[in-house]
Amino acid sequence: MKSISNADMRTLMFVAIITILAPFIMNPFPTESALAQFNAGYPDLMQRFIIFGILAIGFNILFGLTGYLSFGHAAFLGVGSYAAVWMFKLLGYGILPGLVLSVIVAGIFSLLIGFISLRRSGIYFSILTLAFAQMSFALAYSVLTPLTNGETGLQVYADDPQFLQSATAPNVPHLFGMKMNDTFSLNMGPWDFQFNFGYYICAIFMLIAFYLSIRIFRSPFGMMLRAVKTNQTRLNYTGINTRPYTLAAFVISGMYAGLAGGLMASMDPLAGAERMQWTASGEIVLMTILGGTGTLLGPVMGAGFIKYFENIFSKINETVLHGWFAWMPDGLENAIVWVLHLFTGKGWHLTLGILFMAIVIFLPGGLMEGSNRIANWWKRRKGGDNASDATATPAE
Amino acid sequence: MGILEVKNVNKSFGGLKALQNVNLDIEEGKIHAIIGPNGAGKSTLLNCFVGKLVPDTGTVMFDGDSLLGIKPYEINQMGVSRVFQTPEIFSELSVWENTLIPCFAKRDGAFTLNALGNVADNKDVAERAEQMLVDVDLIDKRDMLASSMSRGDKRRLEMAMCLSQNPKLLLLDEPTAGMARADTESTIELLKTIQEKLKITMAIIEHDMGVVFSLAQKISVLAQGTVIVEDLPENIKGHPKVKEAYLGEAQV
Repeated sequence: MKSISNADMRTLMFVAIITILAPFIMNPFPTESALAQFNAGYPDLMQRFIIFGILAIGFNILFGLTGYLSFGHAAFLGVGSYAAVWMFKLLGYGILPGLVLSVIVAGIFSLLIGFISLRRSGIYFSILTLAFAQMSFALAYSVLTPLTNGETGLQVYADDPQFLQSATAPNVPHLFGMKMNDTFSLNMGPWDFQFNFGYYICAIFMLIAFYLSIRIFRSPFGMMLRAVKTNQTRLNYTGINTRPYTLAAFVISGMYAGLAGGLMASMDPLAGAERMQWTASGEIVLMTILGGTGTLLGPVMGAGFIKYFENIFSKINETVLHGWFAWMPDGLENAIVWVLHLFTGKGWHLTLGILFMAIVIFLPGGLMEGSNRIANWWKRRKGGDNASDATATPAE
Repeated sequence: MGILEVKNVNKSFGGLKALQNVNLDIEEGKIHAIIGPNGAGKSTLLNCFVGKLVPDTGTVMFDGDSLLGIKPYEINQMGVSRVFQTPEIFSELSVWENTLIPCFAKRDGAFTLNALGNVADNKDVAERAEQMLVDVDLIDKRDMLASSMSRGDKRRLEMAMCLSQNPKLLLLDEPTAGMARADTESTIELLKTIQEKLKITMAIIEHDMGVVFSLAQKISVLAQGTVIVEDLPENIKGHPKVKEAYLGEAQV
């Protein structure tokens, strides 16, 4: 029996090909050209795309399927990061123990928070998760300093035990000796493509995570979760105990967040409390809604979209703008730059906010709905051609 | 011995006594109607059967087990299904998924973490669901979104969902409320066929006397929280106490 349908297989393959070719796709402009600043094909940013993609995929299992809006998911991300860095400190820079522990710790943590928060639904659930996340943030920042190293952030020091660290092993996070920050540059004419080992490790985890999420979406468990979203009363009177279903979804999505946190620490071995702050939780919600809640591909697109804006738009400061509009008369140039600088550089949040509003109002299904509409329009256009062909043959 | 035995049930909300010493005995394999004017406590009584409300005093026994303090999903797993006054269905899911869910619940119990299996691989469940949709004549609409159906179809779907679990007792809360005449007729026919074919015990709360008298094999009349008469349909018609309950002081 097939475990995954053809259509889902195509989606998975599509994502796999995009991620493998991302160093090319994200880097369309030659290095020396003026447009090079729109390139996103450098390792740090591509890793972020993937890691936040994992986070959003996991969040979507909870929010997209059950409709329970968690406003504290960053807590699991933070916990995962701390767990991974502790493994680096205690055992050494091999990433596997760290990743395993980050998933386990995030799972236990989300079991606790979920068990309490899921006693309520709707806005009360959101507030409870938000409260827990903010508590975790405050604790990590102050009381738990021995565990989290407070505002400095947890990092690996030279006098850490690192029991399993052999003398020959690299002094940065690695997998069986291959360093995460190893980058291979491919120069092709004016282009410079960068292939980063850490990125491909993240990509493998993301593809596994995506595959599992497809399986969950198509499973009886996933169907029950969607039923929770549409009518809990009927589900109760159908002999289903909804609590363990929602709790399982919460823990699964918490573990996804833990994995993302662990990977984040593996790419850059430090963990700070700000990773757990409510703005970080809000960002996860934005990604999922922006991409398309409850769709398979949407959250990944949303994550990429937001991270791109955060990193690329924020780089366009006033100097860059002046450079672009230097050909204009001075007065006009200054006026245009003055208007645009509100939306770029430090003001990139404003652009994101406007885009977010536009998408929520005009495309409630997010970027996924947008791409579906385009696809349908394309099909209709083609279909229209076929229809006009068909008129040539006499109808019965 | 009835399949559902209600003894001396009392329930009050604040100062309002919704149910006073209600005794009821629903016989296995029969259609039992509970009628009464508005505010007589019919819905309160039904809610005591399904675990939504717990009576202050008294006992509710189903098939030899007490139903008091048991959660709705557990009561359903014991064999009690309920059709609501306004259809409670999974409106954002397809008709097909709506029918599958109760079949899974019947087979796998209140919770199963089957997160990696594919819904489509469960042939036994699919067969059962398909049979139910054929029985209620909704098989052509299996891919429709449940929310886009007519009210009569929604009701039929809800009934199929309940019946797919092969319940021992089916509770129907005004199954024809707000229905067009034709839909009402077809619902009556459907219930009759089911009863003859599957011998499912049914308890019906109903306002429409036409429906009551064409279906019920026994009728209990509830007024102001107590059962005033319990008898065969032919004896209920024209019963002085029933007339009084419905017409109230106007009779005096």
